[in-house]
Amino acid sequence: MEKTFAVKDTMDTQTLEINIGPQHPSTHGVFRMNMVLDGEQVVSLKPVMGYLHRNHEQIAENISYTSSMPYTDRLDYFNSMSNNFAYSLAVEKLANIDVPERAQYIRVIMAELTRLVNHAAVIGFLLNDLGAFFTPVLYAFREREKIVDIFEEVSGSRMMCNYFRFGGVKLDMSPAILTRVKEIVKNFPKFLDEFEALLTRNEILCMRCQNVGVLPPELAVSASITGPMLRASGVNYDIRKVDKYSIYDRFNFRIPLGLKGDVYDRYYVRILEMRESLKILEQALDQIPATGELVSKKMVPFLKAPRNFKPPVGEAYGRVESPKGELGFYLVSDGTPQPWRYHVRAPSFINLTILEDLCIGHKVADAIVILGSIDIVLGEVDH
Amino acid sequence: MDIADVKSKLEQAFPGIALRPVRDTLLMENAKDIVKIAQFLKDSPDYQLDYLSSLTGADYLEYLEVVYHLYSMEKKTGPLVLRVRVKHDHAQVPSLVSVYRGAEYQERETYDMYGVVFENHPDPRRIFMWEGFEGFPLRKDYQQEDSETLEMEDIEWLEKHGIPVPQDLSAKAEELKKLGRRAVAQKPGQPEPE
Amino acid sequence: MFFGSGIIRGMLVTLKNFFTSYFRSAEEEGGVITVQYPESRLPEKERFRNFPFLLYDHVPDNLRCVACDICAKECPPKCIYIVREFDKDGKPLKRPATFDIDFTVCMNCGICEEACPFDAIYMDHEFEIANQERHEHLLYHKEDLLKSNEHFHKIRPTDATAIDARRREAEEKKKAAVAAQAAKAAQP
Repeated sequence: MEKTFAVKDTMDTQTLEINIGPQHPSTHGVFRMNMVLDGEQVVSLKPVMGYLHRNHEQIAENISYTSSMPYTDRLDYFNSMSNNFAYSLAVEKLANIDVPERAQYIRVIMAELTRLVNHAAVIGFLLNDLGAFFTPVLYAFREREKIVDIFEEVSGSRMMCNYFRFGGVKLDMSPAILTRVKEIVKNFPKFLDEFEALLTRNEILCMRCQNVGVLPPELAVSASITGPMLRASGVNYDIRKVDKYSIYDRFNFRIPLGLKGDVYDRYYVRILEMRESLKILEQALDQIPATGELVSKKMVPFLKAPRNFKPPVGEAYGRVESPKGELGFYLVSDGTPQPWRYHVRAPSFINLTILEDLCIGHKVADAIVILGSIDIVLGEVDH
Repeated sequence: MDIADVKSKLEQAFPGIALRPVRDTLLMENAKDIVKIAQFLKDSPDYQLDYLSSLTGADYLEYLEVVYHLYSMEKKTGPLVLRVRVKHDHAQVPSLVSVYRGAEYQERETYDMYGVVFENHPDPRRIFMWEGFEGFPLRKDYQQEDSETLEMEDIEWLEKHGIPVPQDLSAKAEELKKLGRRAVAQKPGQPEPE
Repeated sequence: MFFGSGIIRGMLVTLKNFFTSYFRSAEEEGGVITVQYPESRLPEKERFRNFPFLLYDHVPDNLRCVACDICAKECPPKCIYIVREFDKDGKPLKRPATFDIDFTVCMNCGICEEACPFDAIYMDHEFEIANQERHEHLLYHKEDLLKSNEHFHKIRPTDATAIDARRREAEEKKKAAVAAQAAKAAQP
């Protein structure tokens, strides 16, 4: 960032404090950033959040465990299936419930479809912030519509699915739906090739995204960053491979890692992760057993009477690799049907810790692009 | 992670420290030890716990608790859970921001919701509630104000600024003041009659 | 390649999509998938869940709900309000006198349908309920919520036939048990 105007050295300048305010098309929700600018460069940046705080943790302390499931849909309202997954994992750890085979495969299929949906849309929104007004978004949304139609046929609702239950899933997937999923998985690589032809070697994208917002790996680990942002900086940590929760150890997939940790790497890591998700989906669709029970036997009486479900006294922390990072639920139970403490570890909230560090020295336009690459959704940031 | 193993190593490194295993987590009796224990666990070559996954608080009626979940990204090992207990009226815990940057927003959230003051935190402000909010919402004895009932001080402020107050609202406020009660919202779980 | 080739490649992709969209139908790749609502609609999916409705068997008076209050207790945002009906002598009847659902609060989760032990409340497919007045029109009372079993068969055929079969089986088992009881009592 060299100064190119000699007159600037003799001018008496001031810094300007502005608000990239809560109502803004590029802040991915109601999110405010207090920026102090010197000309066009960012000197300091303080994020202000809490405009969408809905007190999810206190609501959950007053209703039963199953009744919190529709509220978890609304945390990361873009990928509701993975929020449900994390919550069911936490409760299953707390109450020692195991999940039957076919339900495990259905869960993995839903989680990976959610990852496809999220990464495609996020790349579209990043390009929205760059100025490519809505063309990549609508290309991505054409594919998202097919997958979201599948969610509607299976669970009843396009985005707020409320599909997972403790010990399995709520309703079955018919063979016709499985055939449609197989077709989507077969046609998706063609869409990815077209998307990459549109974007990856585009000179405008390269010049605006490379060397912008570089995140060194030590800072990323110390700041508790997870998800594609961490892997773009070169740290190999994916909870699907580390914890091996559910049945992910039966599938063969790789973890893409970035080299530099700039915005371009985060975009490209997401494209590669979509290709790996397709591999997992193909293997899961081959291996899924044709019949099987949907909910573990222990939990069948509680499907009709959720208010009687009383897990044993104790605590549990269940986490999944959601498309945005590590989503964890910390539950403390005291033997009653309502939890004593319910906490959400939201990835978007914690990934915002280093927003200031990444933006200092860049221009305002770069700050918007960096925020777009962190991939936040305000429902999670504010729970 | 084996709790007994961690406990013995910590007692070797810091003689005289007070630790107690609770279920399969480790409780630090003295809240001031947390920073040096966290730094030791991060640097020691046996554990290398360099990733703070979650920092949260909980209210157990007699004490407030702060719970830490630590993982290792280098060795890919599982969670080590540490706890610290403080009393409600003097809830002060040293901040972990010097060891893990990721504790910054989570400590602000714990302060906002429970009132636990973190010493040496670079930015000790509320994060979700607006500035000027009184009270700590997730404590068990928190009573929410009813947003549709006015109290005497609200009526006095409105009249001072020349805004007319309807008769039924001011009558209700006087009644509340006579009974000495605050306008408290109904507890959730009771559906309101239509 | 020369500087600018990436941009030209991207523009060729959009140009190709622009022209092929005229020649492909909606189902093929590259066709236009926009549906001109409200002149044409997408086909309804069977499991689509929107707001709830109460079920009656042949006559609106013959509703299955017994005012047990379980759906009101299970509802996460607590949008259901039930008052049991009493007859002239003050004895409680197995019917609701008031059954109010506040549609501005309901979040379409479907937990009331799962929790009901009497097959009385199910999720409907109605979503075109927009109105100009929030408090009068969006608070539904018992009369607005009652819909017949035929309506249920029309919107969700597989679920409705399964539930009818189950209820018929339960009825016949009960009748058989009563008949066996009567036969045993008739024997000396």
